[in-house]
Amino acid sequence: MKNNGHQLTSPAAFLPKCPTGIQGLDEITSGGLPRGRPTLVCGSAGCGKTLFAIEFLVRGAVQFGEAGVFMSFEETGAELKANVMSLGFDLAGLVREKKILIEHVHIERNEIHETGEYDLEGLFVRLNHAIDSIGAKRVVLDTLEALFAGLPNEAILRAELRRLFRWLKDKGVTAVITAERGREQLTRHGLEEYVSDCVILLDHKVNDQIATRHLRVVKYRGAQHGTNEFPFLIGADGISVLPITSLALNHKVSNRRIATGIPRLDAMLGGKGFFRGSSILLSGTSGTGKTIIAANFAQAAAKRGERVLFFSFEESPNQIIRNMRSIGLRLEPLVKDGLLRFHSARPSLYGLEMHLATIFKEIAAFNPEVVIIDPITSLMASGTDSECKGMVTRLIDYLKAGQVTSLFTSLTQTTHSVNQSESEMSSLMDAWILLQDFEGNGERNRVLYVLKARGMAHSNQIREFLISDRGIDVVDAYIGPSGVLTGSARAAQGALEKAAVLAGQQEAAQLKREVDRKRTALERQIGGMRSDYESEAMELRRIAEQVGTRTFVLGTERAASGLLRQADVKVPSNTRNHGRNGKLHG
Amino acid sequence: MRAKALKRPPSTAGPRPAKFWRLRLYVAGQTPKSLTAFSNLKKICESHLNGRYKIEVIDLLERPELSRGDQILALPTLVRKLPEPVRKIIGDLSDTERVLVGLDLRTAL
Repeated sequence: MKNNGHQLTSPAAFLPKCPTGIQGLDEITSGGLPRGRPTLVCGSAGCGKTLFAIEFLVRGAVQFGEAGVFMSFEETGAELKANVMSLGFDLAGLVREKKILIEHVHIERNEIHETGEYDLEGLFVRLNHAIDSIGAKRVVLDTLEALFAGLPNEAILRAELRRLFRWLKDKGVTAVITAERGREQLTRHGLEEYVSDCVILLDHKVNDQIATRHLRVVKYRGAQHGTNEFPFLIGADGISVLPITSLALNHKVSNRRIATGIPRLDAMLGGKGFFRGSSILLSGTSGTGKTIIAANFAQAAAKRGERVLFFSFEESPNQIIRNMRSIGLRLEPLVKDGLLRFHSARPSLYGLEMHLATIFKEIAAFNPEVVIIDPITSLMASGTDSECKGMVTRLIDYLKAGQVTSLFTSLTQTTHSVNQSESEMSSLMDAWILLQDFEGNGERNRVLYVLKARGMAHSNQIREFLISDRGIDVVDAYIGPSGVLTGSARAAQGALEKAAVLAGQQEAAQLKREVDRKRTALERQIGGMRSDYESEAMELRRIAEQVGTRTFVLGTERAASGLLRQADVKVPSNTRNHGRNGKLHG
Repeated sequence: MRAKALKRPPSTAGPRPAKFWRLRLYVAGQTPKSLTAFSNLKKICESHLNGRYKIEVIDLLERPELSRGDQILALPTLVRKLPEPVRKIIGDLSDTERVLVGLDLRTAL
């Protein structure tokens, strides 16, 4: 692992490499096989040696313009052509164009009688002639060990093989020699003894009844190489090695958001939903509604006109469509419009690498904008944890490179703690939404919360979500004294709060009426007092007028009587009297 | 096939016209081994087939394309083209007994 990826420049300087074009292998070997030298590819039956060799030649001819000779000791040219047709290699066409030459060497021990000294010059002549006739730069010998079965004298054979490898080097061709895996050594007949430059081991392991292929560079003279075992797969376009550690983290990122199809969930995710091209993990125990949320997301995307690819490893497409119809999600029109495509397969159908290959193939064919894998944990059953993590890494990497938004559902076993593989996987995910069950009050309710969402402000609240025949509805969960309240407890709490509000409202209305009444009473009182006052004031004026009139009348009467009595001096005498008294006292 | 050949009485071997031996010797240049093989073959044919044979020597250094037809790997290789079936004998033919067995000549002795 430590040898990967970082030293792409150094070894190439002194050791020329011959790129194989095989996905991933050139990354592990930092450039390819040693140019102009033989490479031994060994492995047990059915692990892909011949395919490896053919792909080396085909890619050499197609991608790098190097012609190649395939010397087959087992299969005939016609058989080989037919075998690789399914992988999209047009071997027959390349043979017609003289870019590849298939030389079938047939040895039948019964036909051969050995009488004295001989050598394998005939093989050399044939190979030489084949190489020269098309100007080959690459040679495959598949598999030389057939010679051991065909020729009785092993001493001669070994001497000749040694000469052959020397001769190949002198010829300057990059050769791939395949060999059967031996019991105690790498190859059955010890060919590794002759090929010392590069040895690649292919392996086919069966783990829990599921076979996975592995590739390991055992030896690479003069160059650093990844020494790990790498899973590889044989897919529709040949071999693909998965060098997990050399994956680069340099994806383009998008700022665009993509709605989840559930408005309240969007609101929890900064109001806009997920980032386009991000990877989302949706985990929960069984029956928490993972598939429903995933289907919602799929429907929302397809309704926006995006292409959605739904990988289901638990249910058949028709089953999903039927089940989703019951909650008001109509998926079949979207399927008919070609916006939504389902791909269902049993997880145990084949190994992890085959699943990955199928997923890649489907994605390449459909070119979706959203990919849903439901559930990723089913696939985990078909491989070890590290393999799965590798696979998920590879998948996420592939999807992110294509700006495809991916949603993975994950079935967890325990309600509250997060299991190991999931926490490992979560580090690869950009957003993680957790679905949980809440039991209480004799009922089971579902809640969800956003565990993480990279690069956006998100809600920290636990929300309850309801699944009804109209779809999903996310509602606030009440926090009660004993934790989160859901379901009927939430409804009861809601009713309580409603009642309290109502009571308050009623009380306020009561108070308002009281005040109104008091004001009316006061106003009435003020009115009474004012009319009292007015009547009193009127009385007063009337009295004052009466008094005035009387005084006037009196005055007039007195003056009149004074005149009559001639009492006009009376007032001045009084005044004089008063002044005299003052004088006396002063 | 050998069993069938054994059933034949030795006396009938002579007059049968079909018994003609076409032999082809593949070599690569004038190496000591190829020279030995040719002289050994010549000797055997002279003593066992007197006149009922034809030897064709093919030098693969000159005509490498011919190696394909008879599936030649080892050199020298002697191929018995006729009588059928085709048989191959590799080596410098120094082991006369084995050459005779290989060519199926033991019954024709």
